[in-house]
Amino acid sequence: MNHTTHFERKPAGILRASLFSAALAGFALVAGAADAQTLRAVKHSDLRVLDPILTTAYMSRNHGYMIFDTLYALDSDLVPQPQMVDSHTVSDDGLVYTFTLRDGLAFHDGAPVTGADVAASIARWGERDGMGQVLMSFVDSMSQGASANEFVMNLKEPYGLVIDSLAKPSSNVPFIMPARLAETPSTEPVPEQIGSGPFKWVADEYQPGVIAVYAKNEEYVPRSEPASWAAGGKVVNVDRVEWVVMPDDQTALNALQAGEIDYWESPPSDLLPILDANPDVTVKNLNALGMQTIMRPNTLNAPMDDVRIRQAAIASVNQKDVLDALVGNPELYSLCGAMFVCNTPLATDVGSETLTQGNGMDKAKSLLEEAGYDGTPIVIMHPTDVGTLRTQPVVVAQAMRDAGFVVDLQAMDWQTLVGKRASQASIADGGWHMFMTNWVGADVFNPLVNNMVNGKGPDGGWFGWPDVPKLEELRTSYATAPTLEQQQELAAEIQKIAFDEAVYAPIGQYFVPTAWSTSIDGVLDSPAPLFWNITK
Amino acid sequence: MFGYIVQRILAAIPVMGFVALFVFLLLRLTPGDPAAILAGDTATPEQLEAIRESLGLNDPIFTQFFRWVGQLLQGDFGTSILSGKPVIELIGDRMEPTISLALTTIILSVTIAVPLGVVAAWKQGTLIDRFVMLLSVLGFSVPVFVIGYLMISLFSMELKWFPVQGFRPIGEGLGDFLHRIALPTFTLTLLYIALIARITRTSMLEILGDDYVRTARAKGLPESRVLMRHALRNCSVPIITVIGIGFALIISGVVVTESVFNLPGLGRLTVDAVLSRDYPVIQAVILLASLIYVVINLLIDIAYVLLDPRIRYT
Repeated sequence: MNHTTHFERKPAGILRASLFSAALAGFALVAGAADAQTLRAVKHSDLRVLDPILTTAYMSRNHGYMIFDTLYALDSDLVPQPQMVDSHTVSDDGLVYTFTLRDGLAFHDGAPVTGADVAASIARWGERDGMGQVLMSFVDSMSQGASANEFVMNLKEPYGLVIDSLAKPSSNVPFIMPARLAETPSTEPVPEQIGSGPFKWVADEYQPGVIAVYAKNEEYVPRSEPASWAAGGKVVNVDRVEWVVMPDDQTALNALQAGEIDYWESPPSDLLPILDANPDVTVKNLNALGMQTIMRPNTLNAPMDDVRIRQAAIASVNQKDVLDALVGNPELYSLCGAMFVCNTPLATDVGSETLTQGNGMDKAKSLLEEAGYDGTPIVIMHPTDVGTLRTQPVVVAQAMRDAGFVVDLQAMDWQTLVGKRASQASIADGGWHMFMTNWVGADVFNPLVNNMVNGKGPDGGWFGWPDVPKLEELRTSYATAPTLEQQQELAAEIQKIAFDEAVYAPIGQYFVPTAWSTSIDGVLDSPAPLFWNITK
Repeated sequence: MFGYIVQRILAAIPVMGFVALFVFLLLRLTPGDPAAILAGDTATPEQLEAIRESLGLNDPIFTQFFRWVGQLLQGDFGTSILSGKPVIELIGDRMEPTISLALTTIILSVTIAVPLGVVAAWKQGTLIDRFVMLLSVLGFSVPVFVIGYLMISLFSMELKWFPVQGFRPIGEGLGDFLHRIALPTFTLTLLYIALIARITRTSMLEILGDDYVRTARAKGLPESRVLMRHALRNCSVPIITVIGIGFALIISGVVVTESVFNLPGLGRLTVDAVLSRDYPVIQAVILLASLIYVVINLLIDIAYVLLDPRIRYT
């Protein structure tokens, strides 16, 4: 067994360094002396994992957008646009895609971006990402083309979502890395942060839990088109971006109002009135797709293995109750039964009437009676340490109690939940019946990226593990559907079956506005926070 | 004395060993899987298994323990599971804010609280005494975060005398350092003034009734000399104990104060590591905190001898 991986390497000199001398080595930090070209931002969390392919953490994705670039990117109309790619051709039989990279692309270490780098990067992404895995199932081979700036993808059979896959906007994003890094096993972090994106990683100043620093990549050649979401020209107008960790919302509020930070990604909704009233602060929702909050039953454990019990649980819930408790301000949420998120081409309300109309209690009670529910306590995991996740379990649990369920609401921290939800154990052995989580809209906006409509069961399915082969058939059909109309039909059918099988339920769509000082301008709309285009 | 110190240091070794074993086992028994945290939402069971394997989490628990102890004996505290940074580096980065806050708080607290306690005891039952006791009750009763927010509201947002948050190393300029450490220091100082002043007053009251104090006064010594040289010195043992433990408490983490003022100290490092199940970091900081308590207790014991000649260690 090899234990000399990146995780356990022993840095030279550590032994000799006393804690005190390390402390006195000094570190640049947080706020203070104003530098007009430094943008200081407080993000929604702390950047801990630097490899955006290894993990789906949104902070790692955001970090990826800073230092890496993508072949394609979605614009604000959800249309893929070339980013690193100059042009591409598709053979008449639809099996060979040849991409030509645009001129001037270079990694931060000076090496030019080649087709070999792209092939290695896409292969590594394809091992980890759900949509990437589907793409890889169609790919026969990938390689550098006739010239260094060409990338060729050979398919086994035609696949209509090649470009859509490469333009995937949220975790995991198919970022392009140097081949020497992309060849790292996808279960280990890449050892360096070298990309070809608009910012360079300042490794010396990185302190997990404190600060992450990016410097403008002076050599970056942006596209000429205007920026739109992650597409278009990534023009950097500041010298440096600092992501400052502030665990306390009140402190972040004060720091923004005092001008010590410029940008606050996700202020809590109860502080928004204060920010709205401040003429020196702009508050705006940048992500039109918002967030989807969901309830996910475990189909393996009785009585949730009975579809009627799952249906009863979902029917008991009223989205408005959940969103009133979670968000409060009706301007910041929307009743939305669409599994693939409202305001997208695949949005449909089929099967979701009780959720959005809040009239399912009688149905829930009759389903429970019909199923002969015996009062077995339903174990709902309740993460109490995450502000955006601790409310929903309480509301859902009460709704289920009102319907006749006995609920065991088990308080725990989020990381305990993350560990526990992977367990397929019985309740007696520490298993679970239900949990709630939130997704960025762009992570659930089609049947391929939406993990919850995966019907592969205990072997290959997502936590909860519904075994619904029909869902898999329809997802495969969706992947090869040639027109948007057909995709919409298939998405609606998938949603109907997912509701019929009660594999999961969206229990609301909500929006998290971003606040920034009026001293900055050009903040882009996007499902992920972007820092190019901003002037200060 | 030297023999006593050696004996205490030797006695600390099994204590640290027990702490190491306890922390290690406790973490492994706590629910949560660092591999699952690292892998994110879409990892397959095979990928999770591969990550666990690369982290050594699949090894028997005692294999993991002895590997960690082996690393420790070589001075290697391991590497953070999530960030990949050496743990010693993470701790080193957090030491300066924590030590700075501890020193400024203790220095300011002792400077204010000991005279306050002496005066309160000397003037027992007067308005001064009642004021000191009121201050003490307030310091104990008002949560630190409330004091912190009030400080920020008044001195940062209204008067704009101090920045809201952040830390600047002393190496970047004494003025900037003091400017940023001031508010968190004032906040914690209120608590420590309450604690130290109360202990000082109580100890002084016991001593002031003793025969030797009456004798000193009868000799015609000035009251200040009676108070400071005869009374205070003889009641310094409990005061030193409280100061020492208070210092250790700050060093081992004042996470609320650190969060309110956004100080990147050891307290936040510990909490963040616990929440993310970053085992090597948690193990190292708890071990470090234990070591700090052991060392400070030893220093306190040595101080007893210097302050009170009646105390002898053999």
